Amino acid sequence: MELLSGADMIARFLQDEGVEYIYGYPGGAALHIYDALFRQDKVKHILVRHEQAATHAADGYARASGKPGTVLVTSGPGATNAVTGIATAYMDSIPLVVICGQVMSHLIGDDAFQETDIIGVTRPVVKHSFSIRHPSEIPEVLKKAYYLAATGRPGPVVVDVPKDMTAPTERYEYVYPKKVKLRSYNPVSRGHTGQIKKAVDLMLKAKRPVFYTGGGVVTGNASEGLTNLVKHLGFPITTTLMGIGAYPQSDRQCLGWLGMHGSYESNMAMHHADLVIAIGARFDDRVTNNTSKFCPTAKIVHVDIDPSSVSKTVRADVPIVGPAASVISEMISLVQGKEISQPEALTEWWQKIDGWRDERAGKLYELSQEGEPLKPQEVIEAVCRVTRGEAFVTTDVGQHQMFAAQYYKFDKPNRFITSGGLGTMGFGFPAAMGIKKSYPDDDVVCITGEGSFQMMMQELSTCKQYGVGVKIINLNNGSLGMVRQWQDLNYKSRHAQSYMESLPDFQMLIESYGFTALKVERHEDLEPALERAFADKNELVFLDVYVDPREHVYPMQVPLGSMRDMLLSKTERT
Amino acid sequence: MRHIISILMENEPGALSRVVGLFSQRNYNIESLNVAPTEDPTLSRLTVTTVGDDRVIEQITKHLNKLIDVVKLVDLTEGQHIERELMMVKVKALGAARDEVKRTADIFRAQVVDVTPNLYTVQITGDAGKLDAFLQAMAPVGILEVARTGVSGIARGDKVLSL
Repeated sequence: MELLSGADMIARFLQDEGVEYIYGYPGGAALHIYDALFRQDKVKHILVRHEQAATHAADGYARASGKPGTVLVTSGPGATNAVTGIATAYMDSIPLVVICGQVMSHLIGDDAFQETDIIGVTRPVVKHSFSIRHPSEIPEVLKKAYYLAATGRPGPVVVDVPKDMTAPTERYEYVYPKKVKLRSYNPVSRGHTGQIKKAVDLMLKAKRPVFYTGGGVVTGNASEGLTNLVKHLGFPITTTLMGIGAYPQSDRQCLGWLGMHGSYESNMAMHHADLVIAIGARFDDRVTNNTSKFCPTAKIVHVDIDPSSVSKTVRADVPIVGPAASVISEMISLVQGKEISQPEALTEWWQKIDGWRDERAGKLYELSQEGEPLKPQEVIEAVCRVTRGEAFVTTDVGQHQMFAAQYYKFDKPNRFITSGGLGTMGFGFPAAMGIKKSYPDDDVVCITGEGSFQMMMQELSTCKQYGVGVKIINLNNGSLGMVRQWQDLNYKSRHAQSYMESLPDFQMLIESYGFTALKVERHEDLEPALERAFADKNELVFLDVYVDPREHVYPMQVPLGSMRDMLLSKTERT
Repeated sequence: MRHIISILMENEPGALSRVVGLFSQRNYNIESLNVAPTEDPTLSRLTVTTVGDDRVIEQITKHLNKLIDVVKLVDLTEGQHIERELMMVKVKALGAARDEVKRTADIFRAQVVDVTPNLYTVQITGDAGKLDAFLQAMAPVGILEVARTGVSGIARGDKVLSL
């Protein structure tokens, strides 16, 4: 029997759980825990420069690896700073365990120094939360936290630890709980076979089917199965922003991603489909546009692990509650050896889709001319070429995020890392940092803009301390591009607060941390700068790329319209 | 349509706030709410009356079920059920009205549980409709204070909500 203090139990539990990195920031209420971490060397703590970055870094790691990320912050402002990151993880169903220091139990409720009711503050944005009431509970509560975060529909879990729970003087028995059980929590392990049969019947009979798959396929480790199923049936597939890479984008059957800035052919195929097979996607408003005009002729099969996602915004004709991987493998065994009943209809459907494809081919954007500023789209295409489409790509939020999603081609899941649900500016850089720490041999690129980057640029200091060699591509258009785009479209180009008057000299800023930064203004400088940036995997390089501020992201769905109602350029619409 | 949802949940601090928070967070209605421990001290039973169309009620029950603290729930209005609420009302009881209050209370099978020279405190149980009717009947006399427990309910017959 081993007697440990609460603080040592936390350090020990993290070791036993196999946690390699935790991201955090110390403070009064967390000091016992920090001392316990200091006295061991298995779990490595990465000191960020702002707690929001800790959550994004752990989140980035979780998205890339599929395992829960771990964060440690102190009470009060430490914990509230983490809230944006917790909400970001919640909206995208990312497993995260956030351990927050708290003031001593007897002070709770007294408005003590650095006291915040963080359980209350985070309640709407966590999967669950715990407050430690006795040090002996710590191992079991932490195990429950990791279990809840990672299973079912994943999500962030907060564990609030009052300082007296970690007092070094009080020791209790420590046993690592291999398993925990919660009587009220039993995530489904497979879908209803009858429903799956019904879905497969519809699939085999469909004339104009389309797969619409989301982040659930990525987090549910179901990409391989999905790829097999889709290839076997020969159907077209479109993914959500969160589902990018779950099916190889270079394959002919992949139409790209769908929704507000999705590809023309994806949105057209959805609108005209007679069967939509949704897997691990949630019919989000950025996908469906006006739900009353959504897919008017389609029957809807909806597979999701979360029953509350099914029929939330769009009624499913065949709802299936279950994990994507197991439902897909059941579907595969049911279609095995069977033929689709209307192959000629499918051929016709493909002709239609190829027609849509051809309509827009070569018209997506206009390449920059000699003497003109670079187009953001061509920058992304160049990044994709130089990294051979194999990098981990994180983004912030705005036009650059959409361009990155549109013009970088992903053939693998867990590679496009973006804040899709919450749309958190500042996410990309710390997320890249979290990925690079765990994948040092891979290229990790943060595609950002000067607006987003400035929200978390203090993390340059963290990268310096730990030698984190991420690449930062700053698409600098001197304005909040997406805000500006909306102002151009809806406010007669009145650019209220979307222009930044006093940007720093990013090159000098980056160099002051001892990193390399290159300014790219001319066409011919782009490829050499990218080659330079990616020459050494261990080096942080920042490219400040000046791009055309007049550029808009297209296609863009017309508000309140159906999926096929799109602006295709500044002068064309469907 | 009005629904009565009964929930068995962990008798833990914070569990109630998760349920109540869910309703405000997702813009659902709470008409009444009633919560107390059960015969099993680790479990509380919470009964909430809410209003919404089928789609909303389906979402409410799904989201409630998703809460880790919620062990089990039933929408009582889906089947035969008994619905009760307890109310205590202080009404003016002066002069002729004193007898009138007593008579009306008798008609509603309510009991006078406390008396002063100026008022009666009347206790009444029943479904929400009956309690509303009693308040309407008492309005002309003068209602001074109302305390209602909110609806509690249980299914008719052999159906049992337990672990």
